[in-house]
Amino acid sequence: MMAKLLKNREILLVVAIVALVALIALRFPAFVTPASFARVYNDTSILIILALGQMAVILTRCIDLSMAANLALSGMVAAMLNTAFPGLPIPLVILVAMALGCLLGMINGTLVWKLNIPPIVVTLGTLTIYRGLIFLLTDGKWINAHEMSDAFKALPRLGLAGVPVLSWLSLLMIALMFLVMSRTPLGRAFYAVGGNPHAAVYTGIDVGRTRFFAYCLSGTLAGLSGYLWVSRYAVAYVDIAAGFELDIIAACVIGGISIAGGIGSVAGAVLGALFLGVIKNALPVINISPFAQMAISGTVIIIAVAVNARAEKRKGRVILRKAEAV
Amino acid sequence: MTDAHLSPRNIPDRLQGRGARILKSWESLLLVVAIAIFLGNSLASPYFLDPWNLSDATFNFTEKAMIAFAMALVIISGEIDLSVASIIALASTAMGYAVQLGVDTPALVAIGLGVGLICGMVNGLLITGLGLPSIVVTIGTMSLFRGLSFIVLGDQAFTGYPESFAWFGQGYFWWVFSFEFTLFVLLAVIYGVLLHKTNFGRAVYAIGNNQTAALFSGVRVARVKFILFLLTGLMAGLASICLTSRLGSTRPSIALGWELEVVTMVVLGGVNILGGSGTIPGVVLAALIMGMVTFGFGLLNVPGIVMSIFIGLLLISVIALPILWQRARRRLAH
Repeated sequence: MMAKLLKNREILLVVAIVALVALIALRFPAFVTPASFARVYNDTSILIILALGQMAVILTRCIDLSMAANLALSGMVAAMLNTAFPGLPIPLVILVAMALGCLLGMINGTLVWKLNIPPIVVTLGTLTIYRGLIFLLTDGKWINAHEMSDAFKALPRLGLAGVPVLSWLSLLMIALMFLVMSRTPLGRAFYAVGGNPHAAVYTGIDVGRTRFFAYCLSGTLAGLSGYLWVSRYAVAYVDIAAGFELDIIAACVIGGISIAGGIGSVAGAVLGALFLGVIKNALPVINISPFAQMAISGTVIIIAVAVNARAEKRKGRVILRKAEAV
Repeated sequence: MTDAHLSPRNIPDRLQGRGARILKSWESLLLVVAIAIFLGNSLASPYFLDPWNLSDATFNFTEKAMIAFAMALVIISGEIDLSVASIIALASTAMGYAVQLGVDTPALVAIGLGVGLICGMVNGLLITGLGLPSIVVTIGTMSLFRGLSFIVLGDQAFTGYPESFAWFGQGYFWWVFSFEFTLFVLLAVIYGVLLHKTNFGRAVYAIGNNQTAALFSGVRVARVKFILFLLTGLMAGLASICLTSRLGSTRPSIALGWELEVVTMVVLGGVNILGGSGTIPGVVLAALIMGMVTFGFGLLNVPGIVMSIFIGLLLISVIALPILWQRARRRLAH
């Protein structure tokens, strides 16, 4: 029983987070209050939403390095839309951001599906293209807080039962993703494609199309995060969230989502994001320079992937593989 | 992560007549493109054909190309190293720190190369020692190595490099041939011989085509891969010396995003991103093309970020076009 519990990655991660918080609490008890936890969760919400999308992609043995660039482009378009038509209802702006995000995800997905280009190459390429497009769109200009309408900026902060909408949205996305992953054919297909693409083909799953849908999902969530990011920080420019794609992947790797595909869970992605969120919020509390965060995330990624690799050692091996299965 | 076995392009080149022919023509295609860009640039700008301007243009690619040679071997062996730009940053930071302590040029060079080697060793140990996937490991070390530079430097910069140190990035070997360009040519020859004329090179191809078969044929897979990551680290250290010397200062954001350009250069050079095939002459031509395109755009006053869009498009289309072309041929054959 105990050994089985210890092998469960999510429980291990919960233990790690609790230990981390306890360590901080020893010297800074003020960090451990419900209000402080709510703040940390709220601050991590965007990362959680993005990690959920990345999880779907990684499960299918792909990777999406363009999520942060997608976020920046969708966020910029949302901000421009709001500046040009301040009267436009905010839900519509969010929909546009999500639709654009989905479209950008579809471009990635199509290149991976129809042309069979390795995902890392596709998204490395689109990462620079999407970010470059922001520059073409804006000429490098910023959209500042005073140019955005009040409603645009207020929504994520709006309190609902004492909890900001931003937190509610991430909770909603977690619930939705949980349903998709566990209760729909698409969710199960993500696992099947990543676990064994050949077997997936024989069970009637279109591997390429499943990957395409995973990219649509990650793109849509990146689009939503684009609006949330821009309205939360009340500024949009070319370099917002630059390098954030690494944090997203880090959250997934820490959460036990295997980069080899097929292994991972919604809970893992959320906990992985929270782990990074706790570190990020604790650094200023325990008086470590924010410049240290990058090195810490890097170290945590390496440790996490090493730990996960131990747990994932295959018991059996495929001896014969058909090259023409796909 | 990449499903090597799912791609029809991963069949060893010598078993596939048409593939071999296409691969052979890839370098000649690059050569044609290079010549076309050269002629186009000469017609577009009267300043292009000046030997000193051309010499200036080589600085656009020499440092990246040094890394690209080693990266080509890494990618042919089926791995990838995304941490190279961060190694440049860390090596440069170490050299900058040493300068503040009054260290002189020869020791600075040793520090730059040493840090590169150590970083390569860290990557190599994690990947071959623990058997971890190189893409995640190097994403991790990419953030770790640059993160260390950020811890040391914050928003500051190191300057005050000794005058003799400037030679590596700004000095000339003979007439218009800069030290960097000479080094580029020398390394191209060394890596060309290493990959195409030695047992080690054959082992790299063997690993990239079928790691298990290579292992069973007596290739020391882990050792070869470890050496490849060491080499890549060393090349990043070397590039760091040249770049730091050329800029004369170190910021933690130095060489940001270079890993993308190096990988693009390698892929443009005809190296299969899934491993198993590719040549050094291809990479050399790709370096020349990217350098000339950058220079040409510079003459036309195109901003850097637009150039990066172009590089992103280039990366995708270079892989997509042969696939589309092959597909169209197959359709015609039916």
